[in-house]
Amino acid sequence: MEKTSAALWRRIDERYNMIGSECGNCGRAYFPQRIICRKCGRKSVMKEKMLSGNGEIYSYSRIRVPPDDFKDAAPYTVGVIKLDEGPMVEGHIIENGKEIEIGRRVRTVFRKLRVDGDEGLIHYHFKFEPV
Amino acid sequence: MRDVAIVGVGITKFGERWEHGLKELMAEAGLMALQDAKMESKEIEMVYGGTMAPGKFIGQEHVAALLADQLGLQNTPAVRIENACASGGSALRQGYIAVASGIHDVVVVGGVEKMTDVNASEATTALGGAGDQEWELFQGITFPGLYALIAKRHMKEFGTTEEQMAAVSVKNHDNAYRNKYAQFHRKLSIEDVMRSKMVADPLKVLDCSPISDGAAAVVLVPLDKAKKYNDLPIRIIGSGQASDSLSLAERDSLTELKATKIAAQNAYKQAGINAEDVDIAEVHDCFSIAEILAMEDLGFYKKGEAAKAIAAGETALNSKLSVNTSGGLKGCGHPVGATGVKQAVEITWQLRGEAGERQVNGAEIGMAHNVGGSGATAVVHLFKRAD
Repeated sequence: MEKTSAALWRRIDERYNMIGSECGNCGRAYFPQRIICRKCGRKSVMKEKMLSGNGEIYSYSRIRVPPDDFKDAAPYTVGVIKLDEGPMVEGHIIENGKEIEIGRRVRTVFRKLRVDGDEGLIHYHFKFEPV
Repeated sequence: MRDVAIVGVGITKFGERWEHGLKELMAEAGLMALQDAKMESKEIEMVYGGTMAPGKFIGQEHVAALLADQLGLQNTPAVRIENACASGGSALRQGYIAVASGIHDVVVVGGVEKMTDVNASEATTALGGAGDQEWELFQGITFPGLYALIAKRHMKEFGTTEEQMAAVSVKNHDNAYRNKYAQFHRKLSIEDVMRSKMVADPLKVLDCSPISDGAAAVVLVPLDKAKKYNDLPIRIIGSGQASDSLSLAERDSLTELKATKIAAQNAYKQAGINAEDVDIAEVHDCFSIAEILAMEDLGFYKKGEAAKAIAAGETALNSKLSVNTSGGLKGCGHPVGATGVKQAVEITWQLRGEAGERQVNGAEIGMAHNVGGSGATAVVHLFKRAD
Protein backbone atom coordinates (compact mmCIF):
# COMPACT_ATOMS: atom_id res chain seq x y z
CA MET A 1 0.00 0.00 0.00
CA GLU A 2 1.46 3.37 -0.99
CA LYS A 3 1.51 6.00 1.73
CA THR A 4 2.05 9.73 1.87
CA SER A 5 5.53 10.95 2.71
CA ALA A 6 4.21 12.17 6.09
CA ALA A 7 3.18 8.66 7.09
CA LEU A 8 6.64 7.39 6.20
CA TRP A 9 8.63 10.32 7.56
CA ARG A 10 7.29 9.95 11.11
CA ARG A 11 8.87 6.48 11.30
CA ILE A 12 12.30 7.49 9.96
CA ASP A 13 14.07 7.42 13.34
CA GLU A 14 12.85 3.89 13.92
CA ARG A 15 13.36 2.52 10.42
CA TYR A 16 16.73 4.17 9.70
CA ASN A 17 18.42 4.24 13.11
CA MET A 18 16.48 1.70 15.17
CA ILE A 19 15.61 4.23 17.82
CA GLY A 20 13.16 2.64 20.24
CA SER A 21 11.93 3.66 23.68
CA GLU A 22 13.09 3.08 27.22
CA CYS A 23 11.00 3.57 30.32
CA GLY A 24 12.86 5.75 32.82
CA ASN A 25 10.74 4.27 35.60
CA CYS A 26 11.45 0.54 35.12
CA GLY A 27 14.28 0.50 32.56
CA ARG A 28 12.44 -1.72 30.09
CA ALA A 29 13.34 -1.18 26.40
CA TYR A 30 10.83 -1.26 23.55
CA PHE A 31 10.85 -1.40 19.79
CA PRO A 32 8.98 0.10 17.98
CA GLN A 33 8.51 3.19 20.13
CA ARG A 34 5.70 3.42 22.66
CA ILE A 35 4.20 6.31 24.59
CA ILE A 36 3.07 4.14 27.51
CA CYS A 37 5.18 1.46 29.20
CA ARG A 38 3.31 -1.85 29.42
CA LYS A 39 4.54 -2.40 32.95
CA CYS A 40 4.34 1.12 34.42
CA GLY A 41 1.17 2.47 32.79
CA ARG A 42 0.51 6.03 33.87
CA LYS A 43 3.84 6.14 35.71
CA SER A 44 5.71 5.71 32.40
CA VAL A 45 8.61 8.06 31.75
CA MET A 46 9.44 7.17 28.15
CA LYS A 47 12.51 8.45 26.38
CA GLU A 48 14.19 7.59 23.10
CA LYS A 49 16.81 4.87 23.08
CA MET A 50 19.03 3.88 20.20
CA LEU A 51 19.28 0.10 20.08
CA SER A 52 22.51 -1.68 19.15
CA GLY A 53 20.83 -3.72 16.43
CA ASN A 54 22.72 -6.78 17.65
CA GLY A 55 20.87 -9.89 18.63
CA GLU A 56 20.02 -13.44 17.63
CA ILE A 57 17.52 -15.15 15.37
CA TYR A 58 14.50 -16.27 17.44
CA SER A 59 12.55 -17.57 14.44
CA TYR A 60 12.63 -17.20 10.65
CA SER A 61 10.77 -18.07 7.46
CA ARG A 62 11.32 -17.76 3.75
CA ILE A 63 8.41 -15.94 2.09
CA ARG A 64 7.70 -17.38 -1.36
CA VAL A 65 4.26 -15.88 -2.01
CA PRO A 66 4.68 -12.14 -1.40
CA PRO A 67 2.24 -9.24 -1.35
CA ASP A 68 2.11 -7.22 -4.59
CA ASP A 69 4.66 -4.59 -3.59
CA PHE A 70 7.29 -7.26 -2.83
CA LYS A 71 6.76 -9.27 -6.01
CA ASP A 72 10.22 -8.49 -7.37
CA ALA A 73 11.96 -9.34 -4.11
CA ALA A 74 10.52 -12.83 -3.53
CA PRO A 75 11.62 -15.21 -2.25
CA TYR A 76 13.06 -13.43 0.77
CA THR A 77 13.78 -14.40 4.35
CA VAL A 78 12.22 -12.69 7.35
CA GLY A 79 12.76 -13.30 11.01
CA VAL A 80 11.97 -12.41 14.57
CA ILE A 81 15.20 -11.14 16.14
CA LYS A 82 15.76 -11.01 19.89
CA LEU A 83 17.85 -7.89 20.44
CA ASP A 84 20.51 -7.80 23.14
CA GLU A 85 18.61 -5.00 24.91
CA GLY A 86 15.54 -7.24 25.28
CA PRO A 87 12.92 -6.35 22.65
CA MET A 88 12.07 -8.68 19.78
CA VAL A 89 11.88 -7.15 16.30
CA GLU A 90 10.64 -8.41 12.94
CA GLY A 91 12.68 -7.77 9.83
CA HIS A 92 14.34 -9.12 6.70
CA ILE A 93 17.36 -11.39 7.08
CA ILE A 94 19.99 -10.92 4.39
CA GLU A 95 21.50 -14.01 2.84
CA ASN A 96 25.29 -13.74 2.97
CA GLY A 97 26.25 -17.37 2.71
CA LYS A 98 26.10 -18.02 6.46
CA GLU A 99 23.47 -20.50 7.59
CA ILE A 100 20.22 -18.96 8.82
CA GLU A 101 19.18 -20.82 11.97
CA ILE A 102 17.54 -20.16 15.30
CA GLY A 103 20.14 -18.85 17.76
CA ARG A 104 22.45 -17.43 15.04
CA ARG A 105 23.88 -13.99 15.94
CA VAL A 106 22.90 -11.10 13.66
CA ARG A 107 23.81 -7.45 13.27
CA THR A 108 21.81 -4.64 11.70
CA VAL A 109 22.54 -3.24 8.26
CA PHE A 110 20.84 -0.42 6.34
CA ARG A 111 19.33 -1.50 3.01
CA LYS A 112 16.71 -0.71 0.39
CA LEU A 113 13.44 -2.43 1.34
CA ARG A 114 11.29 -1.75 -1.72
CA VAL A 115 10.36 0.79 -4.39
CA ASP A 116 6.84 2.10 -5.04
CA GLY A 117 6.61 1.52 -8.80
CA ASP A 118 8.69 3.33 -11.42
CA GLU A 119 8.25 6.83 -10.05
CA GLY A 120 7.35 6.28 -6.38
CA LEU A 121 9.31 6.52 -3.17
CA ILE A 122 12.26 4.29 -2.41
CA HIS A 123 11.91 2.80 1.06
CA TYR A 124 15.00 2.10 3.15
CA HIS A 125 14.94 0.01 6.29
CA PHE A 126 17.10 -1.86 8.74
CA LYS A 127 17.71 -5.49 7.88
CA PHE A 128 19.58 -8.21 9.74
CA GLU A 129 22.75 -9.94 8.60
CA PRO A 130 24.02 -13.21 10.11
CA VAL A 131 27.51 -12.91 11.60
CA MET B 1 -27.39 -11.36 34.25
CA ARG B 2 -29.76 -13.58 32.26
CA ASP B 3 -29.00 -16.94 30.64
CA VAL B 4 -28.92 -16.76 26.85
CA ALA B 5 -29.78 -19.40 24.25
CA ILE B 6 -29.36 -19.88 20.51
CA VAL B 7 -32.75 -20.67 18.98
CA GLY B 8 -31.99 -20.36 15.29
CA VAL B 9 -29.01 -20.91 13.02
CA GLY B 10 -28.32 -20.34 9.33
CA ILE B 11 -25.42 -20.59 6.95
CA THR B 12 -24.59 -20.36 3.25
CA LYS B 13 -22.39 -22.74 1.37
CA PHE B 14 -18.81 -21.49 1.74
CA GLY B 15 -16.51 -21.17 -1.25
CA GLU B 16 -16.22 -19.09 -4.37
CA ARG B 17 -19.79 -17.82 -4.62
CA TRP B 18 -19.34 -15.77 -7.81
CA GLU B 19 -23.09 -15.64 -8.44
CA HIS B 20 -23.84 -13.98 -5.09
CA GLY B 21 -22.71 -10.65 -3.64
CA LEU B 22 -22.42 -9.68 0.02
CA LYS B 23 -26.13 -8.79 0.26
CA GLU B 24 -27.38 -12.10 -1.06
CA LEU B 25 -25.00 -14.09 1.15
CA MET B 26 -26.16 -12.23 4.27
CA ALA B 27 -29.82 -12.59 3.38
CA GLU B 28 -29.47 -16.31 2.64
CA ALA B 29 -27.90 -17.10 6.02
CA GLY B 30 -30.19 -14.70 7.91
CA LEU B 31 -33.36 -16.10 6.37
CA MET B 32 -32.34 -19.65 7.24
CA ALA B 33 -31.72 -18.62 10.88
CA LEU B 34 -35.12 -16.89 11.16
CA GLN B 35 -36.88 -19.89 9.66
CA ASP B 36 -35.03 -22.19 12.03
CA ALA B 37 -36.21 -20.07 14.98
CA LYS B 38 -39.74 -19.84 13.50
CA MET B 39 -39.50 -16.15 14.21
CA GLU B 40 -41.19 -13.09 12.71
CA SER B 41 -38.83 -10.35 11.54
CA LYS B 42 -40.63 -7.74 13.63
CA GLU B 43 -39.59 -9.50 16.84
CA ILE B 44 -35.90 -8.72 16.25
CA GLU B 45 -34.64 -5.85 18.36
CA MET B 46 -30.96 -5.60 17.44
CA VAL B 47 -28.54 -6.84 14.77
CA TYR B 48 -24.78 -7.36 15.18
CA GLY B 49 -22.78 -7.90 12.00
CA GLY B 50 -19.28 -9.37 12.16
CA THR B 51 -17.16 -8.60 9.11
CA MET B 52 -13.48 -7.82 8.73
CA ALA B 53 -12.70 -5.84 5.61
CA PRO B 54 -15.65 -5.29 3.25
CA GLY B 55 -14.15 -1.87 2.45
CA LYS B 56 -11.05 -3.57 1.05
CA PHE B 57 -12.81 -6.54 -0.52
CA ILE B 58 -15.81 -4.87 -2.19
CA GLY B 59 -15.54 -1.16 -1.34
CA GLN B 60 -18.53 -1.33 1.01
CA GLU B 61 -18.56 -0.02 4.59
CA HIS B 62 -21.62 0.51 6.83
CA VAL B 63 -22.44 -3.13 6.44
CA ALA B 64 -24.58 -3.73 9.55
CA ALA B 65 -27.41 -1.45 8.41
CA LEU B 66 -27.16 -3.13 5.02
CA LEU B 67 -27.49 -6.51 6.72
CA ALA B 68 -30.56 -5.35 8.68
CA ASP B 69 -32.17 -4.01 5.52
CA GLN B 70 -31.49 -7.18 3.56
CA LEU B 71 -33.12 -9.18 6.36
CA GLY B 72 -36.21 -7.02 5.98
CA LEU B 73 -35.51 -5.11 9.21
CA GLN B 74 -35.29 -1.61 7.76
CA ASN B 75 -35.47 0.33 11.02
CA THR B 76 -33.88 -2.13 13.43
CA PRO B 77 -30.68 -0.85 15.07
CA ALA B 78 -27.56 -2.57 13.77
CA VAL B 79 -23.84 -2.29 14.42
CA ARG B 80 -20.81 -3.75 12.71
CA ILE B 81 -18.20 -5.55 14.82
CA GLU B 82 -14.68 -5.71 13.41
CA ASN B 83 -11.96 -7.73 15.10
CA ALA B 84 -10.14 -9.12 12.05
CA CYS B 85 -10.73 -12.88 11.70
CA ALA B 86 -12.38 -12.86 15.13
CA SER B 87 -15.11 -10.46 13.96
CA GLY B 88 -17.75 -13.22 13.97
CA GLY B 89 -16.93 -14.51 17.46
CA SER B 90 -16.73 -10.94 18.75
CA ALA B 91 -20.15 -10.15 17.26
CA LEU B 92 -21.56 -13.26 18.95
CA ARG B 93 -20.14 -12.09 22.27
CA GLN B 94 -21.69 -8.62 21.85
CA GLY B 95 -25.05 -10.22 21.02
CA TYR B 96 -24.71 -12.46 24.06
CA ILE B 97 -23.91 -9.47 26.30
CA ALA B 98 -26.90 -7.51 24.92
CA VAL B 99 -29.36 -10.32 25.73
CA ALA B 100 -27.70 -11.32 29.03
CA SER B 101 -27.83 -7.73 30.24
CA GLY B 102 -31.55 -7.43 29.65
CA ILE B 103 -31.21 -4.58 27.14
CA HIS B 104 -32.57 -6.72 24.28
CA ASP B 105 -34.68 -9.87 24.11
CA VAL B 106 -34.17 -10.92 20.50
CA VAL B 107 -30.84 -10.37 18.75
CA VAL B 108 -29.56 -11.57 15.38
CA VAL B 109 -25.81 -12.05 15.04
CA GLY B 110 -24.56 -12.30 11.47
CA GLY B 111 -21.08 -12.84 10.09
CA VAL B 112 -20.08 -12.36 6.47
CA GLU B 113 -17.16 -11.86 4.11
CA LYS B 114 -17.14 -11.58 0.32
CA MET B 115 -13.48 -12.16 -0.57
CA THR B 116 -13.34 -13.47 -4.13
CA ASP B 117 -14.31 -10.25 -5.95
CA VAL B 118 -10.65 -9.17 -5.70
CA ASN B 119 -7.58 -11.09 -6.86
CA ALA B 120 -5.51 -13.20 -4.46
CA SER B 121 -2.82 -10.60 -3.97
CA GLU B 122 -5.31 -7.85 -3.07
CA ALA B 123 -6.97 -10.28 -0.67
CA THR B 124 -3.57 -11.04 0.90
CA THR B 125 -2.99 -7.31 1.39
CA ALA B 126 -6.46 -6.82 2.92
CA LEU B 127 -5.89 -9.71 5.35
CA GLY B 128 -2.46 -8.29 6.19
CA GLY B 129 -4.26 -5.45 7.94
CA ALA B 130 -5.02 -7.88 10.77
CA GLY B 131 -1.36 -7.67 11.77
CA ASP B 132 0.67 -4.56 12.59
CA GLN B 133 0.59 -2.72 9.26
CA GLU B 134 3.62 -0.52 9.93
CA TRP B 135 5.98 -3.26 11.08
CA GLU B 136 4.74 -6.47 9.48
CA LEU B 137 2.88 -5.90 6.21
CA PHE B 138 5.11 -2.88 5.42
CA GLN B 139 8.10 -5.23 5.41
CA GLY B 140 6.34 -7.81 3.25
CA ILE B 141 5.62 -10.18 6.15
CA THR B 142 2.41 -11.91 5.08
CA PHE B 143 -0.06 -13.80 7.26
CA PRO B 144 1.28 -17.20 6.22
CA GLY B 145 4.69 -15.66 7.05
CA LEU B 146 3.61 -14.79 10.60
CA TYR B 147 2.24 -18.26 11.30
CA ALA B 148 5.38 -19.71 9.66
CA LEU B 149 7.46 -17.80 12.23
CA ILE B 150 5.31 -19.34 14.97
CA ALA B 151 5.66 -22.79 13.39
CA LYS B 152 9.46 -22.63 13.09
CA ARG B 153 9.82 -21.71 16.74
CA HIS B 154 7.33 -24.41 17.81
CA MET B 155 9.31 -26.98 15.80
CA LYS B 156 12.53 -25.85 17.47
CA GLU B 157 11.16 -25.88 21.03
CA PHE B 158 8.98 -29.00 20.90
CA GLY B 159 10.18 -31.05 17.93
CA THR B 160 6.90 -30.53 16.06
CA THR B 161 7.19 -31.85 12.50
CA GLU B 162 5.79 -30.77 9.13
CA GLU B 163 4.04 -34.15 8.84
CA GLN B 164 2.27 -33.56 12.16
CA MET B 165 1.09 -30.17 10.90
CA ALA B 166 -0.08 -31.80 7.67
CA ALA B 167 -2.21 -34.19 9.77
CA VAL B 168 -4.36 -31.22 10.86
CA SER B 169 -5.27 -30.43 7.24
CA VAL B 170 -5.91 -34.10 6.47
CA LYS B 171 -8.29 -34.45 9.44
CA ASN B 172 -10.15 -31.24 8.66
CA HIS B 173 -10.61 -32.16 5.00
CA ASP B 174 -11.97 -35.54 6.13
CA ASN B 175 -14.60 -33.72 8.20
CA ALA B 176 -15.37 -31.17 5.47
CA TYR B 177 -16.06 -34.10 3.13
CA ARG B 178 -19.14 -34.81 5.26
CA ASN B 179 -20.35 -31.17 5.35
CA LYS B 180 -22.42 -29.98 2.40
CA TYR B 181 -21.77 -26.33 3.30
CA ALA B 182 -17.98 -26.79 3.18
CA GLN B 183 -15.80 -25.27 0.46
CA PHE B 184 -13.81 -28.47 -0.14
CA HIS B 185 -15.10 -31.98 -0.66
CA ARG B 186 -11.76 -33.55 -1.39
CA LYS B 187 -9.89 -35.81 1.00
CA LEU B 188 -6.17 -35.21 1.40
CA SER B 189 -3.24 -37.41 2.30
CA ILE B 190 -0.22 -36.34 4.33
CA GLU B 191 1.75 -36.64 1.11
CA ASP B 192 -0.64 -34.27 -0.73
CA VAL B 193 0.01 -31.61 1.91
CA MET B 194 3.77 -32.22 2.01
CA ARG B 195 4.03 -31.99 -1.77
CA SER B 196 1.93 -28.84 -2.13
CA LYS B 197 3.58 -25.54 -3.01
CA MET B 198 5.62 -23.82 -0.29
CA VAL B 199 4.09 -20.48 0.72
CA ALA B 200 6.28 -19.48 3.68
CA ASP B 201 8.59 -22.20 5.04
CA PRO B 202 7.50 -24.50 6.64
CA LEU B 203 3.87 -23.77 5.64
CA LYS B 204 2.59 -25.02 2.30
CA VAL B 205 -0.60 -24.14 0.42
CA LEU B 206 -2.43 -27.08 2.01
CA ASP B 207 -1.43 -25.90 5.51
CA CYS B 208 -3.36 -22.66 4.83
CA SER B 209 -7.07 -21.91 5.00
CA PRO B 210 -8.49 -20.66 1.68
CA ILE B 211 -9.99 -17.39 0.47
CA SER B 212 -13.76 -17.81 0.64
CA ASP B 213 -17.16 -16.18 0.38
CA GLY B 214 -19.84 -16.99 2.90
CA ALA B 215 -22.16 -15.93 5.68
CA ALA B 216 -23.61 -17.37 8.87
CA ALA B 217 -26.21 -16.18 11.38
CA VAL B 218 -27.60 -17.11 14.80
CA VAL B 219 -30.63 -15.87 16.73
CA LEU B 220 -30.21 -15.25 20.48
CA VAL B 221 -33.00 -14.93 23.09
CA PRO B 222 -33.18 -15.19 26.89
CA LEU B 223 -33.17 -18.85 27.95
CA ASP B 224 -36.55 -18.56 29.68
CA LYS B 225 -38.18 -17.54 26.38
CA ALA B 226 -36.22 -19.99 24.22
CA LYS B 227 -38.77 -22.84 24.11
CA LYS B 228 -41.22 -20.53 22.39
CA TYR B 229 -38.97 -20.63 19.34
CA ASN B 230 -37.17 -23.94 19.43
CA ASP B 231 -37.59 -27.29 21.19
CA LEU B 232 -33.82 -27.69 21.39
CA PRO B 233 -32.36 -24.41 22.54
CA ILE B 234 -28.58 -24.29 22.98
CA ARG B 235 -27.45 -22.36 26.01
CA ILE B 236 -24.29 -20.23 26.01
CA ILE B 237 -22.67 -21.27 29.29
CA GLY B 238 -19.44 -19.32 28.97
CA SER B 239 -18.05 -16.38 27.01
CA GLY B 240 -14.47 -15.11 27.22
CA GLN B 241 -12.39 -12.71 25.21
CA ALA B 242 -8.84 -11.30 25.45
CA SER B 243 -6.37 -9.19 23.48
CA ASP B 244 -2.62 -9.13 22.86
CA SER B 245 -0.16 -7.12 20.74
CA LEU B 246 -0.98 -6.98 17.03
CA SER B 247 2.61 -7.68 16.10
CA LEU B 248 4.10 -11.08 16.78
CA ALA B 249 7.45 -9.69 17.98
CA GLU B 250 5.88 -7.78 20.87
CA ARG B 251 4.42 -10.92 22.50
CA ASP B 252 5.87 -12.69 25.52
CA SER B 253 6.06 -15.94 23.58
CA LEU B 254 5.77 -17.06 19.96
CA THR B 255 4.64 -20.57 20.78
CA GLU B 256 1.45 -19.74 22.63
CA LEU B 257 -1.44 -17.37 22.03
CA LYS B 258 -1.86 -15.80 25.45
CA ALA B 259 -5.18 -14.22 24.39
CA THR B 260 -6.55 -17.71 23.72
CA LYS B 261 -5.41 -18.95 27.13
CA ILE B 262 -7.03 -16.05 28.98
CA ALA B 263 -10.27 -16.13 26.94
CA ALA B 264 -10.57 -19.87 27.58
CA GLN B 265 -9.86 -19.59 31.30
CA ASN B 266 -12.56 -16.95 31.64
CA ALA B 267 -15.08 -18.99 29.66
CA TYR B 268 -14.34 -22.17 31.68
CA LYS B 269 -14.66 -20.23 34.92
CA GLN B 270 -18.03 -18.75 33.97
CA ALA B 271 -19.33 -22.16 32.90
CA GLY B 272 -17.87 -23.89 35.96
CA ILE B 273 -16.18 -26.56 33.83
CA ASN B 274 -12.69 -27.64 32.73
CA ALA B 275 -11.18 -28.49 29.37
CA GLU B 276 -11.81 -32.22 30.06
CA ASP B 277 -15.57 -31.59 30.05
CA VAL B 278 -15.61 -30.40 26.43
CA ASP B 279 -16.87 -32.99 23.91
CA ILE B 280 -16.59 -31.06 20.63
CA ALA B 281 -14.66 -27.99 19.65
CA GLU B 282 -14.49 -25.73 16.63
CA VAL B 283 -11.04 -24.15 16.87
CA HIS B 284 -9.35 -21.49 14.76
CA ASP B 285 -7.18 -23.42 12.28
CA CYS B 286 -6.37 -20.58 9.87
CA PHE B 287 -3.08 -22.47 9.44
CA SER B 288 -2.33 -26.05 10.50
CA ILE B 289 0.07 -24.84 13.20
CA ALA B 290 -2.73 -22.64 14.62
CA GLU B 291 -4.83 -25.71 15.50
CA ILE B 292 -1.85 -27.24 17.29
CA LEU B 293 -1.36 -24.06 19.34
CA ALA B 294 -5.11 -23.86 20.02
CA MET B 295 -5.27 -27.41 21.37
CA GLU B 296 -2.51 -26.53 23.83
CA ASP B 297 -3.64 -23.02 24.78
CA LEU B 298 -7.27 -24.12 25.29
CA GLY B 299 -6.01 -26.62 27.86
CA PHE B 300 -6.68 -29.87 25.97
CA TYR B 301 -2.99 -30.78 25.83
CA LYS B 302 0.20 -29.71 27.57
CA LYS B 303 2.47 -27.39 25.58
CA GLY B 304 4.34 -29.39 22.97
CA GLU B 305 2.06 -32.44 23.10
CA ALA B 306 -0.84 -31.58 20.79
CA ALA B 307 0.88 -32.19 17.45
CA LYS B 308 1.63 -35.84 18.26
CA ALA B 309 -1.90 -36.39 19.57
CA ILE B 310 -3.55 -34.90 16.48
CA ALA B 311 -1.32 -36.98 14.19
CA ALA B 312 -2.32 -40.07 16.22
CA GLY B 313 -6.00 -39.35 15.53
CA GLU B 314 -7.03 -38.30 19.04
CA THR B 315 -9.06 -35.36 17.71
CA ALA B 316 -10.67 -37.05 14.71
CA LEU B 317 -14.44 -37.34 14.36
CA ASN B 318 -15.93 -39.40 17.20
CA SER B 319 -12.63 -39.97 18.97
CA LYS B 320 -11.55 -38.67 22.38
CA LEU B 321 -12.35 -35.06 21.47
CA SER B 322 -13.86 -34.24 18.07
CA VAL B 323 -12.24 -31.07 16.73
CA ASN B 324 -13.40 -29.02 13.76
CA THR B 325 -16.24 -31.31 12.74
CA SER B 326 -17.35 -28.66 10.21
CA GLY B 327 -14.01 -29.05 8.45
CA GLY B 328 -12.58 -26.06 10.28
CA LEU B 329 -11.28 -23.02 8.49
CA LYS B 330 -9.09 -25.26 6.36
CA GLY B 331 -11.75 -27.57 4.99
CA CYS B 332 -15.01 -25.65 5.41
CA GLY B 333 -13.48 -22.39 4.19
CA HIS B 334 -12.68 -19.11 5.89
CA PRO B 335 -14.82 -16.11 4.90
CA VAL B 336 -13.21 -14.26 7.79
CA GLY B 337 -16.17 -12.38 9.30
CA ALA B 338 -18.42 -15.43 8.96
CA THR B 339 -16.08 -17.96 10.59
CA GLY B 340 -16.79 -17.18 14.27
CA VAL B 341 -20.54 -17.37 13.68
CA LYS B 342 -20.21 -20.53 11.58
CA GLN B 343 -18.47 -22.19 14.53
CA ALA B 344 -21.54 -21.49 16.70
CA VAL B 345 -23.82 -22.85 13.96
CA GLU B 346 -21.83 -26.11 13.77
CA ILE B 347 -21.77 -26.56 17.55
CA THR B 348 -25.53 -25.92 17.67
CA TRP B 349 -26.19 -28.62 15.07
CA GLN B 350 -23.89 -31.06 16.85
CA LEU B 351 -25.51 -30.50 20.26
CA ARG B 352 -29.00 -30.79 18.76
CA GLY B 353 -27.98 -34.03 17.02
CA GLU B 354 -28.61 -32.54 13.57
CA ALA B 355 -25.09 -32.79 12.11
CA GLY B 356 -25.92 -35.70 9.80
CA GLU B 357 -22.99 -37.76 8.54
CA ARG B 358 -20.54 -35.96 10.81
CA GLN B 359 -22.65 -36.22 14.00
CA VAL B 360 -20.59 -36.79 17.14
CA ASN B 361 -22.24 -39.33 19.44
CA GLY B 362 -23.46 -38.02 22.77
CA ALA B 363 -21.91 -34.56 22.52
CA GLU B 364 -23.07 -32.46 25.47
CA ILE B 365 -20.66 -29.54 25.76
CA GLY B 366 -19.24 -27.68 22.78
CA MET B 367 -16.68 -24.94 22.32
CA ALA B 368 -16.08 -22.28 19.66
CA HIS B 369 -12.64 -20.63 19.52
CA ASN B 370 -12.11 -17.70 17.16
CA VAL B 371 -8.81 -15.82 16.70
CA GLY B 372 -8.11 -12.43 15.12
CA GLY B 373 -4.83 -11.78 13.34
CA SER B 374 -1.86 -13.76 14.59
CA GLY B 375 -3.43 -13.81 18.07
CA ALA B 376 -4.21 -10.20 19.00
CA THR B 377 -7.83 -11.16 19.66
CA ALA B 378 -9.24 -14.44 20.91
CA VAL B 379 -12.87 -15.24 21.68
CA VAL B 380 -14.03 -18.47 23.31
CA HIS B 381 -17.65 -19.57 23.79
CA LEU B 382 -18.98 -22.67 25.53
CA PHE B 383 -22.37 -24.18 24.72
CA LYS B 384 -24.68 -26.81 26.23
CA ARG B 385 -28.08 -28.22 25.41
CA ALA B 386 -30.85 -26.61 27.43
CA ASP B 387 -33.84 -28.87 26.76
